[in-house]
Amino acid sequence: MSVVGSDLARHRFAAGLIQSQLDRLAAIASTIELAAGTRLFEEGGQAASMWLIRTGRIALDLHVPGRDRLIVETLGPGDELGLSWLLPSARWQFGAVTQVYVSAFELSSAEITCLCEDDHELGYQLTRRLLGTAIGRLQAARIRILDLYAVPLQTAGGST
Amino acid sequence: MNDCRYPVRYRISSRVEETHDTVTLTLEPAEDPIAAFRPGQFTMLYSFGVGEIPISVSGPPGQPSLTHTIRSVGAVSAALCAAQPGQVIGVRGPFGTSWDDADEAGRDLLLVAGGIGLAPLRPALLSALAQPGRQGRIILLAGARSPAELVFAAEYDRWRKSGAEVDITVDKADARWPGQVGVVTQLIGRANLDPARTTALICGPEVMMRITARALMAAGLPAARVWISLERNMQCGIAECGHCQLGPLLLCRDGPVVNFQVAEPLLLVREL
Repeated sequence: MSVVGSDLARHRFAAGLIQSQLDRLAAIASTIELAAGTRLFEEGGQAASMWLIRTGRIALDLHVPGRDRLIVETLGPGDELGLSWLLPSARWQFGAVTQVYVSAFELSSAEITCLCEDDHELGYQLTRRLLGTAIGRLQAARIRILDLYAVPLQTAGGST
Repeated sequence: MNDCRYPVRYRISSRVEETHDTVTLTLEPAEDPIAAFRPGQFTMLYSFGVGEIPISVSGPPGQPSLTHTIRSVGAVSAALCAAQPGQVIGVRGPFGTSWDDADEAGRDLLLVAGGIGLAPLRPALLSALAQPGRQGRIILLAGARSPAELVFAAEYDRWRKSGAEVDITVDKADARWPGQVGVVTQLIGRANLDPARTTALICGPEVMMRITARALMAAGLPAARVWISLERNMQCGIAECGHCQLGPLLLCRDGPVVNFQVAEPLLLVREL
């Protein structure tokens, strides 16, 4: 399903883009709707797309032999899915599966790359947003490494 | 009025195991009760012969019974967690400031909880849900280490049915967990907040509260609309002993609930 700039403008990733940039991005975007349990990609597969989630929830997961799949992180409305195409290897680091019904914008990484090379100002804007997404994920991962909830908190106000 | 320096005897009327190390005790007064508490306040719970620790009240206000949710992390908390219905413990209090200080009708109320930090927020949530229409949106964002370590998990659906928007995330889960995985701050961006009309109450590990408060300010909330619940070494409860000092604050009296505008500079000072 085709997308117009005003559709994209409502997504957090596109906030702040001017109309002409929204229109150019919309021209390479399509709308997809996915039922719960739909797998978008598997670990190790070719990374060639990114998605801007409008509604629903997608789990990034990892297969561990002898165990259930581990959920690395879940992404929801306003989030961007798919960063691995930015790396030279362009292979998915994790898998992705919808946990509930999902509506999203899908964009081809090849077309985004072409757009960025053709329009450096738009490329700068998209790079900033993708970098912001990556930094947000990095900081969230660092916080989780701290395992904050394991720290005993046994006095008033903090935890009990 | 009871003298807050001396414990009042309360009898345990119920004991609920929330997680492998966390228990919720409901207490009924065995003599003249302590004064009514306000959401966010704490009491000193005394396990006779073992010791006394500060624990925030986790039950609804306006009832003669007192509810506390306790995590077993030391000798006193372990003794309290092991206590059984019928057993008598001591209670002093209530002490400290309240979430009521942040209360303002008509605003959206955002509660952000980390781990057992949901316990001190629960009275504020129950109080808001008991007054439908008084607030705008009532939003609870809660994080925990794993699904097995979520406290009050049996109540989430009831809170949703009562009008709250409840969003839960955990740090670690396998594919059997149908909910969200990630840090609680990641829920903020998905909550579609209106920063101009939102008041935020945060409780959890101190680092989590700092990060959450900053994420909220980045989303447009002023620090004056963000409140956190601080913990230090509360002992006397009446601002006499000084053990709970945080800069100019004695947290047993000036806390645990503190506005983030006041708290932020104090939290960044080492050894304060």
